Amino acid sequence: MTAIQLPGKAKQINWKEIGYGVGSAVASILIAVLIGALLLLGSGRNPLEAYQSLLYGAFGTLGRFTETLVKATPFLIMAIAVSVSFRCQVWNIGVEGQFMLGAIFSTWVALTFVSLPPVILVPLTMIAAIIGGALWSGIAGALKAYLNANEVITTSMLNYIAFYLVSFLVSGPMMDPEGYNFPQSKIIPDSLHLPRLIAGTRLNAAFLVALALVVVALFFWRSTVGFRTKVVGASRRVAHYAGLDVKRTFILVSLITGGLAGIAGWGEIFGIHFRLIEEISRGMGSLAMVVALLGELNPIGMIVSSFLFAALVVGGNAMERSAGVPFALVDVIQGIVILLILARSYFFRRKSS
Amino acid sequence: MNLDFITPVFIIGILTASIRLATPILLAALGEVFTERAGILNLGLEGTMLMGALAGFLGAYWTQNLWIGALFSIVVGILFAMLMGFMSVTAKVNQVVAGVGITILGGGLSTLLFRLAFGLRTVPPQITIFQNLPIPLLSQIPVLGPIFFNHNILVYLSLVLVPVMGLILYRTRFGLAVRAVGENPDAADSRGINVDRTRYLALAIGGALAGLGGGYLAIGNLGLFWTQMTAGRGFIAIAVVVFSRWDPSRSMLGALLFGFAGALQLTLQTLKAPIPSELLLMLPYIITILVLVVISRRAEFPAAYCVPYIRGQDK
Repeated sequence: MTAIQLPGKAKQINWKEIGYGVGSAVASILIAVLIGALLLLGSGRNPLEAYQSLLYGAFGTLGRFTETLVKATPFLIMAIAVSVSFRCQVWNIGVEGQFMLGAIFSTWVALTFVSLPPVILVPLTMIAAIIGGALWSGIAGALKAYLNANEVITTSMLNYIAFYLVSFLVSGPMMDPEGYNFPQSKIIPDSLHLPRLIAGTRLNAAFLVALALVVVALFFWRSTVGFRTKVVGASRRVAHYAGLDVKRTFILVSLITGGLAGIAGWGEIFGIHFRLIEEISRGMGSLAMVVALLGELNPIGMIVSSFLFAALVVGGNAMERSAGVPFALVDVIQGIVILLILARSYFFRRKSS
Repeated sequence: MNLDFITPVFIIGILTASIRLATPILLAALGEVFTERAGILNLGLEGTMLMGALAGFLGAYWTQNLWIGALFSIVVGILFAMLMGFMSVTAKVNQVVAGVGITILGGGLSTLLFRLAFGLRTVPPQITIFQNLPIPLLSQIPVLGPIFFNHNILVYLSLVLVPVMGLILYRTRFGLAVRAVGENPDAADSRGINVDRTRYLALAIGGALAGLGGGYLAIGNLGLFWTQMTAGRGFIAIAVVVFSRWDPSRSMLGALLFGFAGALQLTLQTLKAPIPSELLLMLPYIITILVLVVISRRAEFPAAYCVPYIRGQDK
């Protein structure tokens, strides 16, 4: 179990461990895809045709390939966010809500301080996103630390509240007065849009932010705070006797998780949508958890898994359009992958132990 | 603000709706009380309820028999709980993540199967729901009659189950076994209680009731199915269980509180109260958090909560 491995001893690379991780991840996805195929067969659809359109949809052209990278961006950032809490055994399932708060705060700052020069305003919007996400997550963290409130319930409730908050804002206080009553905010000025990496595609600088955050995460796990997070995750009791402040660590990891999820919301607004809309985050939170778990909560692993799931999502949308196969197939695959990843030690390692 | 609309009819209306809206949460919470008392936290409840809703809808739609729909809900609920049983009891994995996975799976699978069965339609398929059965005489009592004695059979069933589940939990050998494996599995094991089997059974009860709770939405309340129609009720039910301190009758109180929040929200919306509907829709979720905050500090969780049992293992 990498999640509860005490830090510090894995100095040299353990190839066997990596091979096991990659092998079982691939096996999990294959089994999930196979079960999906059986479901399609059972309902009289052609699974080969469905998966073919899925693959083509994700990789078929340069444009589609960049769309996959575009989707991988928020998945990767949010998965890093999830991994910080999960490594601490804090089960924050609220990155979706934190993402939305990041989107709200940053859009509001951009539209309110529109007269500031972009050099100042762009970093400001990002800071606002971090604050928004961190606040939302910090609520759950503080309630867990001081009042023992189960974070799974509080964060899932905060997801629903955040959704209605966005919906309220874009059809009320933040609604575009010239938007013909569409539930959306005013559009953000061009000068604040994140630069595109390849002209003619939607791939933008947020992708680079995501990669930069992977590097930050790698350093984080080698830092004192990262170490503390892992110790508290491995055992509350050990951490307590070692003199670590467990409650403060809960709040700290919650703030980090929320702040990162907020950045993902910022990237979607300033890189893709350029305005706050109701459906800004549909289902990204649960996907981010799958990506994090499939990547073994490891920053490098999550690059791979975020890319895989982005391909599934982009391809899944294309599959729904061209082959008429419901996108919900992708959700089913997600759920099966989580369960298989969890149960793999039961299937694969029983004999050796 | 003009408060003239607060008439007896209005209040009776809200309270009647509270009971109706409490039913799915109550059913799921009653089952989850058993599951958690046995030491398992089934966070897959939301997904289980969604599958129950779909199964109930399909069963009733295909056979034109609401009882078969209810049966489908229960069976599928049990199947999903067995999946949680495999993960938590047999494979002994982290229950929180397993529950989240099951919720994602249930959400996706229910949507996928519904779409595969019906395709995309402009007019969604519909069924006639269980009709209200006013109880003779009792329903004639002023005020109390319409509030308590004019509902459909599933609502009555959920209310009857409250004392029944209490009796099973506190007065039967099985109930004792459930509490024992949740508090001290080692001692239970040494007394000859099969820990794993008892946990599977407690999960099955939880799954059956969660499935029926989801099914109630489709066949006892709305006559429709839609994606994510349970809207967090599974998670709310878990909050209710903590609120109830793992007791069936107190979980009825909790469920009624949420039923009331839901009813208030609906009524204020139809009255065109000067509060944006989105803010009203947040109400049940905000109340859930508040309730959890007030109660959790004092709550004494079952001692073996979330701890897989491995015979002879030191803790």
